[in-house]
Parts: sequence; structure tokens; C-alpha cells
Amino acid sequence: MHSKSQPFSGTRRRRFLQNLLAVPAAIMLANASLTAHADSANTTGLAVTDKTVTVGILHSVTGTMAISETGSVQAEKLAIEQINAMGGVLGRKIEYIQEDGASDWPTFAEKSKKLLIKDKTAAVFGCWTSASRKAVLPIFEQYNGMLYYPTFYEGLEQSPNVIYTGQEATQQILAGIDWVVKEKGAKSFFLLGSDYIWPRTSNKIARKHIEKLGLKVSGEEYYPLGHTQFNSVINKIKLKKPDVIFASVVGGSNVAFYKQLKAAGIDMTKEKPLVLTISVTEDEILGIGGENIEGAYASMKYFQSLTNDNNKNFVKAFKERWGKDIVIGDVTQAAYLGPWLWKAAVEKAGSFDIDKVRAASPGIELKTAPEGYVRVHENHHLWSKTRIGNAQADGQYKIVYETKDLIEPDPFPAGYK
Amino acid sequence: MFADYTMTELTSIFAMQGFAGLILFSVFVLMALGLAIIFGQMGVINMAHGEFMILGAYVTYLTSTLFAEYLPSIYDSYFFIAMIFAFIVTAALGALVEWAIIRHLYKRPLDTLLATWGLSLILQQLYRTVFGAREVGVTLPDWLMGSYALNENIEIPINGLFVMGLTIVITVGVALMMQKSRLGKQTRAVVQNRPMAAAVGINTEKVDRMTFALGCGIAGIAGSAFTMIGSTGPTSGQLYIVDTFLVVVFGGASSLIGTVASAFTISQAQSTMEFFLSGSTAKVLTLLTVVGILMLRPQGLFSLKIRR
Amino acid sequence: MTKIKDFIGRYQLSHLLILAALLLVVMPLAMDIFRLNLVGKYLTYAFVALGLVLCWGYGGILSLGQGVFFGLGGYCMAMFLKLEASSPEHTAIQSTPGIPDFMDWNQLTALPWFWEPFHSFGFTLLAVVIVPALFAFIIGVAMFKRRVSGVYFAIITQAIAAILTILIIGQQGYTGGVNGITDLRTLHGWDIRTDSAKYILYFINAFLLIGCLFAARYIIKSKLGRLLVAMREREDRVRFSGYDVSSFKIFIYCIAAVFSAIGGAMFTLQVGFMSPSFVGIVPSIEMVIFCAVGGRLSILGAVYGTLLVNWAKTSFSESFPELWLFAMGALFIGVVMAFPNGLAGLYQSYVEPRLQRFKKTAEPLAPESETEVLTPEEIKPKQHAKDTESAAGEYSHAGN
Repeated sequence: MHSKSQPFSGTRRRRFLQNLLAVPAAIMLANASLTAHADSANTTGLAVTDKTVTVGILHSVTGTMAISETGSVQAEKLAIEQINAMGGVLGRKIEYIQEDGASDWPTFAEKSKKLLIKDKTAAVFGCWTSASRKAVLPIFEQYNGMLYYPTFYEGLEQSPNVIYTGQEATQQILAGIDWVVKEKGAKSFFLLGSDYIWPRTSNKIARKHIEKLGLKVSGEEYYPLGHTQFNSVINKIKLKKPDVIFASVVGGSNVAFYKQLKAAGIDMTKEKPLVLTISVTEDEILGIGGENIEGAYASMKYFQSLTNDNNKNFVKAFKERWGKDIVIGDVTQAAYLGPWLWKAAVEKAGSFDIDKVRAASPGIELKTAPEGYVRVHENHHLWSKTRIGNAQADGQYKIVYETKDLIEPDPFPAGYK
Repeated sequence: MFADYTMTELTSIFAMQGFAGLILFSVFVLMALGLAIIFGQMGVINMAHGEFMILGAYVTYLTSTLFAEYLPSIYDSYFFIAMIFAFIVTAALGALVEWAIIRHLYKRPLDTLLATWGLSLILQQLYRTVFGAREVGVTLPDWLMGSYALNENIEIPINGLFVMGLTIVITVGVALMMQKSRLGKQTRAVVQNRPMAAAVGINTEKVDRMTFALGCGIAGIAGSAFTMIGSTGPTSGQLYIVDTFLVVVFGGASSLIGTVASAFTISQAQSTMEFFLSGSTAKVLTLLTVVGILMLRPQGLFSLKIRR
Repeated sequence: MTKIKDFIGRYQLSHLLILAALLLVVMPLAMDIFRLNLVGKYLTYAFVALGLVLCWGYGGILSLGQGVFFGLGGYCMAMFLKLEASSPEHTAIQSTPGIPDFMDWNQLTALPWFWEPFHSFGFTLLAVVIVPALFAFIIGVAMFKRRVSGVYFAIITQAIAAILTILIIGQQGYTGGVNGITDLRTLHGWDIRTDSAKYILYFINAFLLIGCLFAARYIIKSKLGRLLVAMREREDRVRFSGYDVSSFKIFIYCIAAVFSAIGGAMFTLQVGFMSPSFVGIVPSIEMVIFCAVGGRLSILGAVYGTLLVNWAKTSFSESFPELWLFAMGALFIGVVMAFPNGLAGLYQSYVEPRLQRFKKTAEPLAPESETEVLTPEEIKPKQHAKDTESAAGEYSHAGN
């Protein structure tokens, strides 16, 4: 449909030009008629037939966020393929429509509208940044869609139309800080992040918790997204001599920060200061280089090096599907949970109907989760354990600690607002 | 904020902060130099400059993998060879781009901006297709890592020293070339008076192509060097573009000295403010100051006094 | 490129009316509300492209920061809508009810002073126009009075876009940060998210755009339009003729800013949120390409160009997201190199002569079209560079 109306192609040019004024109309007409294909011969109003059910995948495969979101797309596709191999959901094969958010929030909004209104997808797996989630949220609420959101994020949100498969900030942060305080005797912290909502909220939660423990925050700094020069802040850190650098730097800045930290003579394996990050997964280490971040600690719910059987199978399947050199980070695993959680909820509800799936979701548990075991809370977040990993030169984390129990998700922490 | 520290600590911190400023200065010069040549000498606005830098970085990545695979014995020196490769590859691409696109647009400088922006989109997607959407990690030889401890408090990052050295070598090299070499003289002749240059037998088209290729090649070297301090991904080039253009414009487009002076001013301002204020604020203030000064002095710091 | 006549005076009313009919009748009839809403969104960009036709095509001022004005207009509207969406009843769960949710997350306990006036719709409408105009005026005075032009102006506007983005993202307690201002619902109790509201907003948008087209047409046909072209070609001669060149430039730049801002406000209304991703450099440059594809000298081309590029973007990224950037890049290069006057140029050189041959009733040319004005690529520079300085921008500096 596209090539036909390409304006400058050979013999069609003349005709095109003569109809210049009419062309946009024709384009729109063709477009409108071609895309109105969604089948709605069922009671749910969703794209479900006797053989198939259609879901959406909405991530950035172009633009700056493609670096991070690629892993999520791969995980979601793998999960869908595995579910199909097991016979699908309620006897129906899952088909997916993938849309590109192009690292641009309005595009996310436009594409989510398309997935819900045009394609009538039964669920959407997608988004990565908070900004993209915020952009699509009103659309999911208005058109009653279901979004499975994989990223660890700042919390302060609870939508009936979203299942949050990553950790909210308190789950991730409190356990991490408690651990460095208890095990490493940390007394002072330097908070450093990229300048947007997730690091700011995370640091707020961290600061509150640190001060509640009677310890000291010796500095708090934010740099614009994409900043590549960290020598000044590294000097400040040297001046303040904190016990812990609590880092939530993201994206390309991450690479610059850890390379420069190492070059400035801060050997993270000596733990003076100790680096505790909540933003560097195995995916990011690929870009940073294992030797540049060796010795740093990360506080997350999943590391590729987990040794339980679920994870061994998952890692094996993932590598078979996407190549042996690939690594799996926290968000990738959380994205993998999305289709499985949806499948479980649909089967419990006995229907694809969004309202029934929503009602069935709380209490859904996944014993086959690579991270071990997760359960959906009433507030649509997951109960999960938090682990501390120690970065190794080979780009993997060695798990040094794991919380005993599942941590309850608390998206609106009382004392931390 | 300084009450808690001893004099020695403060002195060493300030020494290191000064050094951080110098590193930033070198980084700015390195990334702006190629652009200054292209923009200042030819009037072409190369929006794909960042992508040329990243091409240099990818070449470095490939070279390092190659060496790790086939020549592990001399792995330590791969970086120099990588920089030469980076220069050759980016300069070749630059020459190709000049031939295919730029030479048709010399009379429309604003349009080169749009065309090279299009080029940058294509290059980004090309990197993504070839190298994958994820960033690649460039392994550095050991001797480039870590720092040299001058005393207990002062530690000098070796890769910072390396970038500074490289900047000096390349800047001096370019300056010498522009002043002394045949190509440099021809370039300046063409810039000053194209018809006359052509009339005395200079092949102006060739000079244009060489100049553009040279600018791109230097971008490639810069990209190669920046694998030490920054990320290598399909969109990493965009991180540099605003800073780079500001440095060149602030310096006064036609003058290499101006570029160096402007890189110095901006880097010192930024690193000082970063130290005393928080990161984002410092960045905004730096940009605002630069734009403010540019409004007062639109032709930049150094420009030839010409009656217009 | 063959010789192309300038388009001054060639905007026959009929072409404008055809466009109006297309926007107001054909599209609403042909499309469902989802597609129509998309078209409505694209049309908001057309406001920016239209402004660029005036200031870039006619005035020779290339701004790479038009997103700033689009954003300012959009933010003004978003602030009003957000306040309405943050009534104490809706925000009862917050620690401070009655303020926007993102302020509450950032521990703000009272509405900042500059948000207060946005309780009033009248003020908001005024602000949508005046804030960007004022901002453009300040930039314009600072730059044009000092004779900054061409490439320098482009790069400085780019830096301004970068500054504003960092500011908006950094001051997230006051601006919503990188998320923008989201979840906008009603306008004076009228739910803007319903299908009927979207139809109405589409028509308001289309009417405003047509209004702006008429305004632009008026400006181009007026003496001001002629002066702009004259300035673009030989600024010094205009100046020596006794005209205050910078004032005209400031004026047209402000007009372009106001058009963009109206587009931004309509964007907020139709899409339901505003985010700093519009203020940055990338969207600003993209909007320049909408204008270039349509034809930088054609106000109607701006609309068609915007629609065409965005339609291509949407359908490409639905089917081949990876190919989209290649196509977009090729489009940039192709348009600049092969069709510097865009769709309108093609129409002018191929379609119109035929139309006139086939149709005896072809409308007579407007008298102004007799005078041919050279388009930029036809100007033969007297020399490639007069001195090292003007090498940085031949035709933009030619007049300084």
C-alpha cells in the first residue's frame, strides 16, 4: 500500500502531479480502508478468533531508547513463542503486532491508540521509560486496554489498566541501602543521577531512608540526560569522601560515568567508596565494559547469574533464540514475565475480556518465573525478592545477598512522599 | 562548603578540578576541530559530525576485536592503529559524501544542514542494523586504564592525559598543515578567493574534497579517542552535536585559534560551575552564557574585522 | 533545477479553497475518527511549517528552534487543562489536593505563582499567543538588531531549544519534567477525550489553519512580503533604501512563532498531553523538513508536505520501523538536492503548464507573477567567498 502512492516513482509521477490536490485524500482513504481489518466477531470486542488472539508489543526499536528496549522486545517475543509452543492461551495461538515507539513519547501515545482502537489487542506488552508510560496511560484507561510494563520505576502510580512487572522504587532501594549499611557499615552517601523523574524520586526515597537510619547524605547531584563529562562530580565525590556512591545514572551517561570513575583512580573493587547502583543491568555493562565497573554493587530483583532451575532454562532458551553472546538484565526478565502473567490471568478468568482479566490478576502467581517466584499484589505490582549483585569483569553479577522474603510492593510509600 | 577540609586537601582538589577542566577542554577541541575545518573553511554545516565520530568509535571497536582475535601479542598498541584506521575510514566516507552530496550544495549552506541531517539519520540506522541497537563495549589496553597517583590526593587519569596529548598533536598538526603544506595553502587560497584560486591552476574541487575528508577524518580520530571516556552506540553521536556547534560558532567560525580559545572558555566555565553548582544548572548556565555572549558578539570570539 | 518562478501572487484563491474543502469535507467524510485525529495531530505541525515558509522561505531566516514556540503554546494550554484536571476532588489522594499530581510528587505544597493565572481560560488563550510572541520578540531583537543571520542564527536557535529542554526537564516540580504534562481531560467540563470532542477539535484546528493560511497569504502579497524577499536576496540594498531590515525580520519571526504556538495549543487539545520532547532539536529540524518537502516558498505546500511526510512516517513505522530512518534520511537529502522547491515546485513546473494547456478556463495569472524573483539556488554568487568570514554562509551573509 505504501509503494503505490510513493510520489516520485517513474511513470506514476505525471499522474501523481496532476492529481496533486486529490492525493492526500486518496492516501487517507486507502489508509483508512486498509487498516480497518480488526475482527470483532466476538463478545469481548477484542481481536480474538477461534484460533488466535492478538496482542501488541510497543517498544522503541529506533532512537536513543532502542539500546535499552531491545532486550524487552526479545524477551516478550520469546515468551509468546514459548506459550504458543505449549498450545497458546485458552486454545488460541498468540499473534503479536509490533509497533515502534521511536523513543518519542507522543509516538508511543499514537501507537498505543492504534493498538487499542484499530488492532483491538487483548493486551499490550511495552513501554520502558516513565515518560512513555505516562503518555500512554490515559489512553489505556480511556479505551480500557491492558498494559504490562516491565521497567523498575519510581512508583507513585497504580492504574487498573497496567500490571507493573518490574519493581517500584522502594522495593529496589530500601533493601539495597539496608544491606550496605548492615554489611558494609556505610555511614554517608552521595546520591547521583540523571536529571529526570526516576532518579529524582529514587534519590528522594533513598535520602529519606538514609536520614531515618540516622546516617548522612553528603551530596546529591543531577546531570542532564546524555551528559558525558563527569570529572567535576568525581572530584566532588573525592572531596566529600562518602562511603557509598548511590548511582542512578542512565543511558549513554552511564558509560561515560563509570569509565571516568575508573580512570580517576576510584577502584570500585576496593569499595572506598563503594558504588551501589540501581540502574546498571547486564545490558548496560555491555556498553560500559565489565572491567570498567568491576566491583560495583547493584540492587535489583534479577541477575542473569541466578542459579535456580527456572532461570537456567530461561537463559538457555533466550540464548538459543537470540544468540549465545546475548546478556539478560533485570528489565528483560521482567518483560518476559508479562506474557506469562497475562496468560495465567486469562486462564483464571476463563476469558480475554479486559475487565475479567483485571479482576483475576491480583493473586496470580508464577512459580516458573526466572527470578524464582512472583505474585501479583492487589495494587498490580509484583511481590518479589531483591538481590544484591557484585559486578564482575566478565560483565555478570555475582549475587552476594538475597532478601529472605518477598518484598511487598508499596507504590505510594507513606513516609517517603 | 570548604570549612571541613584541610588546606592540602583543598589544594589537591583544586588542582584536580583544574585538570578536569583541561580534559574537558581537550575533549571540546578534539570534537570541534574537524567541524571547525569543515564549517570555518568551507561554510558547510555538517550535522552528521557526531555520526562520523561514532564511525571512528566503531572502527576502534572492530580493530580491538580483530587484534584480540588475531594479534593478541601486540594488543597493547592496537589503539594507535585503530586511530589510523578510524581516520582512513571516516575520511573516505567524508570524501564520498562530499562527492555525492555536499559539492552540489556549496551555494546553499543552509541546505547542507538539512542534507547532512538526513545523512546522520541514515548513518544512525546503518549502525543499528550492522552493530545492533545495544551499545558496544570497547576494551582498552591496560596501560590506558587507571590513573597516575602524583601524591596521596592528586590522581591523574591516564586516558585524560592521553586525550590531552592527542589534542595537542592534532591541533598543532592541523595548524602546521594549514600554514605550511600545499593542501593547506590551497585550501586557504580557495576560501579566500575561489575564482582566482581556480585561475592560478588550483583544482578547487579536489581541494574541497580533501578539506571535507580531512575534517571528517579528524572527527573519526576524536570518536576513536572518545571510546575511552564515552559510550559507543548508534545514537551516541547526538550527545556531542550541540556542544560541538556552540564551540565552533562561539570561537568565530573561520579561525582555528578561535575554536581553541572558545573550547577553553566554555570548558573552564562549565567545569567550574559544575563544581560549585549542580550538574544540570551548570549546563544551562553555560549554554545561556554562551548564547548571551553570541548575541552581543555574533561573529564569535575571534573573527576578522571586516567592514560589512 | 530548471528555472522556477517565484510563487508570489500565484496563490490563487481556488487552491486555497480546494485545500479547505479537502480538510473540512473530504477528510472528515473519508476517515474514521482515529485516522482523523491523527490527521488533526499532523495538521498542528503544519502551523509550524507554515511559519517556517514565512520566515525561512520568504525571510531567509532558518530557525532550528521552532519547537520552542510549539512547546510554549502547547504548555500554556496544557497548564490550563492540567489545573482543571487537578481539582481538589480529583486529587483527593494527594498530600496536597488541588495541585497537579507531578507537583505533589515533587513535594510542592502550593501552586507556583506563574501557574495561578492559568486558572482563567481567557488568560490562557492570550498567553498561548503572547508568551511565544514575546519570547520570539526578545530573541529577534537580540539577534536581528545585531545582524545575526544565516547559519549563526540557526545554530543559536538550536542552542536555545537545547537550553529550554534542559530547563523544563530539570525543573520537574514546576513543569512535569521529562514526562511532560499528561492526563488532560476536560475543558470547562467538556470532555476533550470523547469522539465527538475530537471531531469538533479537528474542525476548530482546520479552521484555524485555514485562517493562518489566509493571514500568511495576505502577508506574502503585501508590501511586507515583497520586502522580505528583497531582504533575503540583497539585504544591504534594502537597508540602503531606507528600510529598517531588522524590524521586518523580527516581525516575521514573531508571526512564525505565533503560528507555531497555535499549533502547539491545538496539539495539546487533540492529543491530551504536552511533553518536552517537542521543544528539542530533533522535532524542530523535522518540522523544517515538512516545510522543505512541501516547498519552502509555498504556504499550501507546507500543509501538503506535513501531511505527506507524517503519513509516510506513520505507515512506514507500522510496517518497517527499521526502514523508516533510511527513508526519512533519503527524503531529507533528496528534497534538498533534487527538489529544492518541494512538492510545490514540482506542481509549478510540471502540472500547472499542463493544466493551462488543457483547461481553457485556466485562471489568469495574478499580475504580480510577471515579476520574476529569483529563488535562492538561482542566485549566482559573485564569488564563492569574498573573504574568510562570509565563507560561513554565502547567501545568508551576502547582504550583511
